[in-house]
Amino acid sequence: MRKPKVLILSGYGLNCEEETKFAFELAGAEGRIVHINDLIDGSVKLKNFQILAIPGGFSYGDDTGSGKAYANKIKNHLQKEINDFVKEDKLVIGICNGFQILTNLGLLPGALNFNDSARYTDRWVDIKIEGESPWLVGIKTLSVPIAHGEGKYFTDKKTLAKLKKEKRITAKYFKGEICRYQDYPANPNGALEDIAGVLGAGGKILGMMPHPERAMFFTQLPNWPYLKEKYKREGKKIPIYGPGLKIFQNAVKYFQ
Amino acid sequence: MITRINVKYATPDARAKVKQKNFAELGLWGKIKAVEIVDSYAIDAKLNFADIKRVAKILTNPLMEKSTINRLEVSGKFDWMIEIGFLPGVTDNVGATAKETIEDLLKKKFKNGEGVYVSQVFFISGKLKLEDIQKIADSLYNPLIQSARIKSYAEFRKQKGTEKDVPKVRLSSSQNVGQVDLEVNDEELIKIGKQGIANADGTRRGPLAMDLDYMLTIQKYFRKIGRQPTDLELESIAQTWSEHCKHTIFANSMDEIKDGLYKTYIKGATNLIRKKKGRKDFCVSVFTDNSGGIEFDEKYIITHKAETHNSPSALDPFGGAITGIVGVNRDAMGFGLGAKPVVNIYGFCLADPKEKRVLYKDEDLKQKILSPKRIMQGVIQGVNVGGNCSGIPTAQGFLFFDERYRGKPLVFVGTVGLIPKKIRGKDSWKKKAMPGDLIVMVGGRVGQDGIHGATFSSEAMDSGSPATAVQIGDPITQKKMSDAIIKEARDAGLYNSITDNGAGGLSCSVAEMAKESHGCFVELEKVPVKYPGLEPWKIWISESQERMTLSVPKKKWPAFLKLMQRRGVEATVIGEFTNSGKCVVKNNGRVVMDIDLDFLHNGLPEKKLQTKEVKIKNLEPPKQKEKNLNKAVIQMLKRLNITSSEFISKQYDHEVQAGSVLKPLMGRGRVNGDTAVMCPVLNSKKGIVLSYGINPNYSDISTYHMAACAIDSAIRGAVAGGADIERLALLDNFCWCSSNEPERLWQLKQAVKACHDYAIAFGTPFISGKDSMFNDFKGFDENKKPLKISVPPTLLISAIGVVPDVARTVSLDAKFPGDLIYILGETFDELGASEYFAQISEKENKKYIGNNIPKVDARKNKKIYADLCRCIQRELVASSVSVGRGGIAVALLKTAMAGKLGVDVALAKIPGNVLQNDLALFSESQGRIIVTVSPKNQKEFEKKMKGNKAELIGKVTNKNFVEIKGLDGKNIVNLNLNFALLAYRSTFKDF
Repeated sequence: MRKPKVLILSGYGLNCEEETKFAFELAGAEGRIVHINDLIDGSVKLKNFQILAIPGGFSYGDDTGSGKAYANKIKNHLQKEINDFVKEDKLVIGICNGFQILTNLGLLPGALNFNDSARYTDRWVDIKIEGESPWLVGIKTLSVPIAHGEGKYFTDKKTLAKLKKEKRITAKYFKGEICRYQDYPANPNGALEDIAGVLGAGGKILGMMPHPERAMFFTQLPNWPYLKEKYKREGKKIPIYGPGLKIFQNAVKYFQ
Repeated sequence: MITRINVKYATPDARAKVKQKNFAELGLWGKIKAVEIVDSYAIDAKLNFADIKRVAKILTNPLMEKSTINRLEVSGKFDWMIEIGFLPGVTDNVGATAKETIEDLLKKKFKNGEGVYVSQVFFISGKLKLEDIQKIADSLYNPLIQSARIKSYAEFRKQKGTEKDVPKVRLSSSQNVGQVDLEVNDEELIKIGKQGIANADGTRRGPLAMDLDYMLTIQKYFRKIGRQPTDLELESIAQTWSEHCKHTIFANSMDEIKDGLYKTYIKGATNLIRKKKGRKDFCVSVFTDNSGGIEFDEKYIITHKAETHNSPSALDPFGGAITGIVGVNRDAMGFGLGAKPVVNIYGFCLADPKEKRVLYKDEDLKQKILSPKRIMQGVIQGVNVGGNCSGIPTAQGFLFFDERYRGKPLVFVGTVGLIPKKIRGKDSWKKKAMPGDLIVMVGGRVGQDGIHGATFSSEAMDSGSPATAVQIGDPITQKKMSDAIIKEARDAGLYNSITDNGAGGLSCSVAEMAKESHGCFVELEKVPVKYPGLEPWKIWISESQERMTLSVPKKKWPAFLKLMQRRGVEATVIGEFTNSGKCVVKNNGRVVMDIDLDFLHNGLPEKKLQTKEVKIKNLEPPKQKEKNLNKAVIQMLKRLNITSSEFISKQYDHEVQAGSVLKPLMGRGRVNGDTAVMCPVLNSKKGIVLSYGINPNYSDISTYHMAACAIDSAIRGAVAGGADIERLALLDNFCWCSSNEPERLWQLKQAVKACHDYAIAFGTPFISGKDSMFNDFKGFDENKKPLKISVPPTLLISAIGVVPDVARTVSLDAKFPGDLIYILGETFDELGASEYFAQISEKENKKYIGNNIPKVDARKNKKIYADLCRCIQRELVASSVSVGRGGIAVALLKTAMAGKLGVDVALAKIPGNVLQNDLALFSESQGRIIVTVSPKNQKEFEKKMKGNKAELIGKVTNKNFVEIKGLDGKNIVNLNLNFALLAYRSTFKDF
């Protein structure tokens, strides 16, 4: 079957491009990591790809505000290419720093503020999936990790109402399997109404703080040693893959 | 023209809330009403107002922030304003990013000397006196790198905001290179060696850390070539010969050990082990490179290296730790043709953060040293920013506390790298700068920061310690460089050799690579600098961060330069490698250095080190039986050296690169483990196991057994997680004190001998190591009484191993009720320098160190480790924990708390010989592991463990209690798990 082409952005401190590419390829796509400067100087053309992934990382070290500087660079050089891309029937995902960049670009509503702890936090969360998106077909809940210092979703009342009406609040933190296992509160950063991710362009653009590519294998789960023992004793097969992979598989399916 | 753009949150600012709490904790409870923070960008450049407005727009998130131009706006009336800015020349990452963004927006480059400078302005309202606000300011800034400006509301209004000045570097220093007269009496030579070269005004340039022998040897050399040295030459030799770079204490002969400790004991052990292993030898490149490399699989090599950054961290904890971690990342990038950093580790040896004693560096009590709490917060934050921003998982670390780390903390940082065995068909671990290759400096620019780092860290810290040694890291500049080199230039074969710019800066990296081609020629004026006016000798030895030195063939240079430009990385040709046998440096055409490489590298005089035996007899605690063991266990869980450090594990990204398997926090109870497992190659099941051992407290009895225990602990931790002892390698990091005293050298000799003996006995080779020999602080207390604080002789052993399948590794949490609990290994009355004795000492305000230090029986332990590995590979083990600090009690508690399951255990059957319940619970005998096993696997497990001292001592229960019966069968511990977890998490709950 035809493999959709994924462009995974890199450069200036983005740092999850390799595992994000791996997740897409595991799901059956053809991934290519492209430094933003190679898009700017035109040696690579965005329009030749079906999927744009802005991975997690620390673009410009979060200086002047997370995602701000990288988004400015895109605005200054690639606004048109991006606009054309999202007009077509193509998919965009922004993970963590990528989500922060998408909101700074105005491609997704809202903004990501400092965690209530004002400290970088790496832990696992559970999210509930709502709304219609090619990225999320058949997914009701997910256990995935977050790792960020500025992940507290914020938006104004008007936008919030609009988002609710249009069912674009797609991921909400809730106390599910992992939170119960590790005894953590559902909301890791004080996000407005537990918002972990939102949709744009009729569901074709997905932005989320959690890292699905860090949940593509069973052995990435914090409770895998327990689950492995459990499955063994129940005579069940030990899984290889984790819950996050489905998001990438969905994106591939969309083009097949 | 200076314009200020001030950005402030229009929405609640979490940072301000947290600051308000921190300020209150300074003893100002209830006094602080509100805190507001404004981020201020002072733009020192010619921009018209329309442009300024555009700039303000892109620096402001319209949803959350508001910005004002030049005006400083606050919502309400406030009482005090504190502005924190950087001192001239201190790395200002946010300022640099702002500048880049502005240039990109306006499509024009800033002129030389133009720039952006950030500061943070705190508006504080509350009933606060000037001394209160001074206290708050002190908590916000470090005078070595930052400035604080305090204003009352009235002053603020009167002056309409704050000044419009910027911390621009203005250097008037002379450009010419002076000669140093070495034809002087010994007294003067000693002075030059100790305090540095004299400036025109009589002030000294700072330590060369060279004693009279060294100075006389240099004098002799220059007499031979018939001239005086230049200041640059003398500085250059001092860097290269520094203890920090040449490790003279490990290299020189000591007593009967003619070839020195390193060759005889460390390298000697590794060579022997490799020979013994024969075809099974997995070492690829050891001791010769920036990191040590072992085989990962048929395609890849993994490298490992641990470093310390103690002296800089004592002066500026944040800067010291962040430059430490990004610095050791470059040791991975500097392995072979460049390995990709895939895992970070850390370890902090600190004084109790509650300790309030004030100490000074100088007799006039002007230079206060930072408080333990400040140091702790700073070093933790440094590794946080360094690791997280670089996208390298920080998978493992430890905290160790002792009052003797009050003067100098120890900051351990390490990095595992990954590199393909073959790059373009060639062995990736081999590299050679060729004559005619260009010397290329890549990454950051050179500034005043990091002058004399190498030399001052080779001495005790005192009031003479140079502030110029302090630096702040810039992880993003390094990340850009790392990606461009490791992920692109390397595989395109654009360079022949590469090394890191660390201690000694260019003077060391270039001279080091020059060994490969046998000569070098450098033109200093070509080196890109952060600001004009830098003296040549400073350019040559500055340790400014984020730089690598590469040797690039002339015909590859255009391609290399183009690639770096496309990646926003600065690369500059600063000279050429030659085969002249000389290290020649020119500055604007004039020769300022011309020394034989052989003298530079091998000219330092040999020393014959003498040691003197130390005999230690410590006070034993009274043999009375501890009544309330429940209470003793709970207190143990709260101890600094045992309690949860979740607050650190959670703020370090350990999952980036998607390879985290056994994580820092394990089980339902989120208990810190000693073992990390990572999967560095995503399409392979193979994994890396990491563990460590460190017991400086044991040095109070015997450094030999201290080292033996550190090795056993590191191996034991790895094995408990599933590692195969036949595939384990070790790193040694010695942090000693007063290494000019024969007694300390004797202790060192014992420790290194133990490393030799036990590495061989276990068959685990050393692949890399580092030492830091003068971790002493000389200062004064409040009453001007001089004092010296020396760290306890400290050795960190890091273990790294490869496992065939990450799914066959084991976490420490108990999994199911009914599982059987076994203890492997024997328990003896070995509580000398144990946590338990420390606990009793604190209670009774005595110093009961005791003398029964744990002894390691390598042969016995090795069999246990090998057999356990077979059990884990057969998936017979449900949980596994290494018994270490706090003994059986703490190990059992960890297993139970992590699994949130009860345990019911009887000590009567534990192997070994110990006669008292409390000693049985808390003995720190080595070689012990506690595992839980499903009853279904009992037979096979016991069969595989046959011939070892291993006993079934109890069961996992579904009760919420830890129940332990004593040697006499009576209940001695009965603890509610929730209560235990509360205690375990209590000590750092406000961190």
